[in-house]
Amino acid sequence: MAQTAINVTPPNVPAEKVSSPWRDAWKAFRKNKTAMVGLYIIVFFVLIAIFAPLIAPYGFKEQVLVNRLKPPSSAHWFGTDDLGRDLFTRVMYGARISLWVGFFSVIASIFVGTILGILAGFYGKWIDMLISRLFDILLAFPSILLAIAIVAILGPSLQNALYAIAIVNIPTYGRLVRAKVLSLKSEEYITAARAIGMTNTRILVTHILPNSLTPIIVQGTLGIATAIIEAAALGFLGLGAQPPDPEWGKMLSDSRQFIQKAPWTVIFPGLSIMLTVLGFNLMGDGLRDVLDPRMKN
Amino acid sequence: MNSYLLKRVMVLIPVLIGMTIIVFSIIHAIPGDPAETILGQKATEQSKQALREQLGLDKPWLQQYFNYMGELLHGDLGTSIRTKTPIAKEIMPYLAATLELTAASMLFATFVGVNAGILSAWRQNSWFDYTAMIIALIGVSMPIFWLGLMEQLIFALKLHWLPSIGRMDQRNPIETITNLYVLDSLLAGRWDQLWIVIKHLILPSIALGTIPMAIIARMTRSSMLEVMNSDYIRTAKAKGLSQFLVVYKHALKNALIPVLTVVGLQTGALLGGAVLTETIFAWPGVGRYIFEAISSRDYPVIQTGILIIAFIFVFINLLVDLMYAAIDPRINYK
Repeated sequence: MAQTAINVTPPNVPAEKVSSPWRDAWKAFRKNKTAMVGLYIIVFFVLIAIFAPLIAPYGFKEQVLVNRLKPPSSAHWFGTDDLGRDLFTRVMYGARISLWVGFFSVIASIFVGTILGILAGFYGKWIDMLISRLFDILLAFPSILLAIAIVAILGPSLQNALYAIAIVNIPTYGRLVRAKVLSLKSEEYITAARAIGMTNTRILVTHILPNSLTPIIVQGTLGIATAIIEAAALGFLGLGAQPPDPEWGKMLSDSRQFIQKAPWTVIFPGLSIMLTVLGFNLMGDGLRDVLDPRMKN
Repeated sequence: MNSYLLKRVMVLIPVLIGMTIIVFSIIHAIPGDPAETILGQKATEQSKQALREQLGLDKPWLQQYFNYMGELLHGDLGTSIRTKTPIAKEIMPYLAATLELTAASMLFATFVGVNAGILSAWRQNSWFDYTAMIIALIGVSMPIFWLGLMEQLIFALKLHWLPSIGRMDQRNPIETITNLYVLDSLLAGRWDQLWIVIKHLILPSIALGTIPMAIIARMTRSSMLEVMNSDYIRTAKAKGLSQFLVVYKHALKNALIPVLTVVGLQTGALLGGAVLTETIFAWPGVGRYIFEAISSRDYPVIQTGILIIAFIFVFINLLVDLMYAAIDPRINYK
């Protein structure tokens, strides 16, 4: 009997070519030009926020009264405000505040929203009824108005503005997670997990949570954009950051009265809000196309 | 349809009750003594006690809530602490101002948004399409308070084309009948005043309407693109109809259904944005009324203002749902 030698050596596959869902998503994301522009804008502002103390030419509280309302120049790239403070410096430090509020308020909303969404979707019955009605009620208010109401109760401060924005946005994530849990619950692999005796907690942590992640990431990215605008709006109304914090919205309201004499005091903080929000919107749209195309529209 | 309407309204009842509980709780959630927060630390115990009695804060919580609901159902919206006037009476002109601004913004947003969306879809991938969609993208990311300030800077302070603040020229007061100034000047046949009123409306309604305009434009474009690829449009083109007729008569009818939902939802959202726009343009609407109440800690006004706007918001959303069902016969609500 003739023996045939069979080559069983596995083909030499380079490690980087192994595909994973995240790697595929990143590949698709990289091809999306507008989404990449969004990512670059975000990275730019994040870097500014991190390195503000190192690169800012002046201190953000540093007042030089003889330099009041000076137009942009080589010494002050964005000009100065009514107290002679360097606007370029203040806009840079403002990135810290806006990104901090945007990021942490969304994390807080996601944390609470996910817990409530899972409780409602997984356990159903009266818990679902109660939580869903609570979401309905919170969503029945225009979000900025509810945030204003919460700050009116807690008192105006940046921290309270963050809490208010976080509370207002809880139902958005809660509903998303609830819907995802409901659709996953009837999947066969969850029934299988139950059949082999997995506990509810384990099913939640190992199966349901990881599978709910994509819509949360997409919504969270777009949510940071909304949170930044809401924080700036509260700041603008005097209900968020308090002086001398260089918050973009507060800077706008403080400089309003000088708009004709010193338009630069209003142009640069506003432009920064718009660009940051645009970055998160572009990236969020791109992530949605890549991770969850069904969410489009 | 009738059973759907009934079901939809029934679902609303617990939501409305929940909203009254939240708004009612605003004053109770104030940390510490609400009377002291409202009157300040220097207030005498006597005046604080008088305020507690006026607001009913000295009674048990549940009793306070039932009293509050009873008053609301009888049309008693409380009394302003600052002006000592019944809020139901005081709020009417503010409400009219907000409604006029919201309506003008929505008109702008729908007209520009729908037409830009149609043209973008019609001339897909043209320079118009790209420009319109870039503007829409920037529009969605624009903080309305900044847009308002920029409008004031350019069109009022630099070019002097339009007034920067207010609803009407102070020296030329309008004879109020409905408090909707456009309507009032029409009723009085004062065309000169109508023009001034419209000039005051332009900047704030563009500021407030830009975000909805951008969202409507994007929605119309994607909806139109979907419809334009369907068989019946190909048939319409094949039988030799002009492009204009195909787009505006055949395609638009079906493409407008999802757009209508967005228009409705955005009208509700405008009410929230009105707070900011009204602050910038010194527009005497409910948003500004609430904002002023916050600075003077006039909690009954804050409560009522928020409740009224939220109720209108809910009502508009209900209306959109019903219109949606009425317009599209394919939707079955059984």
